[in-house]
Amino acid sequence: MAILIDKHTKVITQGITGKTGRFHTRACREYANGAECFVAGVHPNKAGQDFEGIPIFASVRDAKEATGATVSVIYVPPSGAAGAIQEAVDADLDLVICITEGIPVRDMVKVRYRMQKESRKTILLGPNCPGVITPDELKIGIMPGHIHRSGSIGVVSRSGTLTYEAVAQLTELGLGQSTAVGIGGDPVNGLKHIDVLQKFNDDPATEAVVMIGEIGGTDEETAALWAKDNMNKPVVGFIAGVTAPAGKRMGHAGAIISGGKGTADEKLAVMQECGISVTRNPADMGKLLKSVLK
Amino acid sequence: MKIHEYQAKQLLRGFGVTTLRSVACFSVDEAVKAAGDLGGSVWVVKAQIHAGGRGKGGGVKIARSIDEVRDLSSNILGMQLKTHQTGAEGQKVRRLLIEEGADISKELYVGIVVDRGSQRVCVMVSPDGGMDIEEVAAKTPERIHKVYVDPDAGLTIQEADGLSRKMGIANASLAQSASMLQSLYKAFWALDASLVEINPMIVTGDGDVIALDAKMSFDENALFRHSELVALRDLEEEDPAEVEASKHDLSYISLDGDIGCLVNGAGLAMATMDAIKLFGGEPANFLDVGGGATTEKVTEAFKLMLRNPNLKAILVNIFGGIMRCDIIATGVVEAARQVKLAVPLVVRMKGTNEDIGRKLLAESGLPIISADNMGEAAQKIVAATRSAD
Repeated sequence: MAILIDKHTKVITQGITGKTGRFHTRACREYANGAECFVAGVHPNKAGQDFEGIPIFASVRDAKEATGATVSVIYVPPSGAAGAIQEAVDADLDLVICITEGIPVRDMVKVRYRMQKESRKTILLGPNCPGVITPDELKIGIMPGHIHRSGSIGVVSRSGTLTYEAVAQLTELGLGQSTAVGIGGDPVNGLKHIDVLQKFNDDPATEAVVMIGEIGGTDEETAALWAKDNMNKPVVGFIAGVTAPAGKRMGHAGAIISGGKGTADEKLAVMQECGISVTRNPADMGKLLKSVLK
Repeated sequence: MKIHEYQAKQLLRGFGVTTLRSVACFSVDEAVKAAGDLGGSVWVVKAQIHAGGRGKGGGVKIARSIDEVRDLSSNILGMQLKTHQTGAEGQKVRRLLIEEGADISKELYVGIVVDRGSQRVCVMVSPDGGMDIEEVAAKTPERIHKVYVDPDAGLTIQEADGLSRKMGIANASLAQSASMLQSLYKAFWALDASLVEINPMIVTGDGDVIALDAKMSFDENALFRHSELVALRDLEEEDPAEVEASKHDLSYISLDGDIGCLVNGAGLAMATMDAIKLFGGEPANFLDVGGGATTEKVTEAFKLMLRNPNLKAILVNIFGGIMRCDIIATGVVEAARQVKLAVPLVVRMKGTNEDIGRKLLAESGLPIISADNMGEAAQKIVAATRSAD
């Protein structure tokens, strides 16, 4: 068991013919069960062609009908990425994972509004995220597969390399991961910490969770308050950006302290009040998790 | 991306927002001429810098004669204006706005932002204009009123009217106020703004509703579809190091400390800064080299950090996932040679081919200090900085 994806998941790649799409599709196919899972690509003008044996379809809907795929991953450039998400939503996929960084916020506001208004069933992960991996089963995204190991620790994070850092620390301590989820660094996105915590809570294969946040917004606080009343597994946390100055965007579009809100100290305090063990040393995330295991 | 008040007003007038008559000036002579052309007996001399809080900092003054316009303009133009948003050094004033005076009977607040929670555009108003809105939000949050806008419908006339009433606008001015709010929302949406703030929006003695100040900033991810906004960028208002970094596709932010850090990934870069602080050091910058850390990029990153006169040491922290550590090590060695690095350098590399990477660093003959993990790296760099003192 795992959350979101497993070795039976069938995946469509939107933007499979671009440089990023080609590179990461290859890497994902080479990982664990990837060769069976990546079943289709999409390009409006290249239907009937293939990418190294993966058939290309004109639309997500065509790809879904032909292959039975239920998940898509998006590498489409920023100006067309929101449209690609919308296409996947309109085709009623279960999950769409948008890797693309740099999508205008207004485009995301429109897509999210339509998803909510039409009560679409599609779950969105990202954008501007590394993707999701269920170790030894399937990797969808740009994370390095080899640092992972299958096990029972859930990982959820807004950042890319900081997620890899946490995963590598866990693996070094002999703690494998059930699933590692990168929710991305944009202000308007799909799955949030709370949604992923809920899924880990419901997943019998997950024993404990590492939750990694960063400055900006209040998603970590929301998730912590939910966890306090509902989570029946230990959660440990780290928040990046204790030293970040207010009003400056720290790389990620969503990583900004504005109006005195969204500081790391505030988030750490709420998490602690909610029973989440936190560390201020990013080198200690793995050790902290190990210390709370029964 | 931020712009000046006078630029924001120009944009907003195009959407039907009422402002006072004003002229942007780059010299004292231009300011005097502008006041003469505007006519009347009262003018406001306003410093044009990107930071807020200009009034409190002494950058906005009322003149009651042309001579006073001349005196105030020569005082303000060229001054280092310090506000709560500029930092201790302040920002040099290079542009002025000379505006006609107004008969103010009411000062109100209007702000428009994207709300992360509802994932919609939020229009906020308050009857307490002219004040620091963060203070109003902290002390009397019930005096801030919000509407989360349906993106299909836009800000409706009913919503705009309701917000206007909550600001305490008199019946005679309601239509003007509602129309102003709708225009501001339209501008926000059409221009991919990340902030529109009118503080204050005023009602005059005659009941006219006017945007007395205007602050706008824009979503940098959307600038590709707004060449008209890119043209408004004032690079003199931005940190030269950050401007240089953006040319090389590096994400760089200057900080007050003395330990430079070069990291791949925004989250890891922040975490590295935090680790430095945790062990008693102060980071000199945030620097994310991104996914494709080539030798050229690493070299440019080193050059950027070395421009900082306070820099005493550099910490490189790379998680080589897709990117291999041996490539990064080659880049670091090459960069250190090119810039003739004279400050201590601690390198922590993790991931694919880390052993080869470390070997390359060790065999380079450069005095590079290696670290196994982020905590150790932070401790070593802090120690190296102290011994450099």
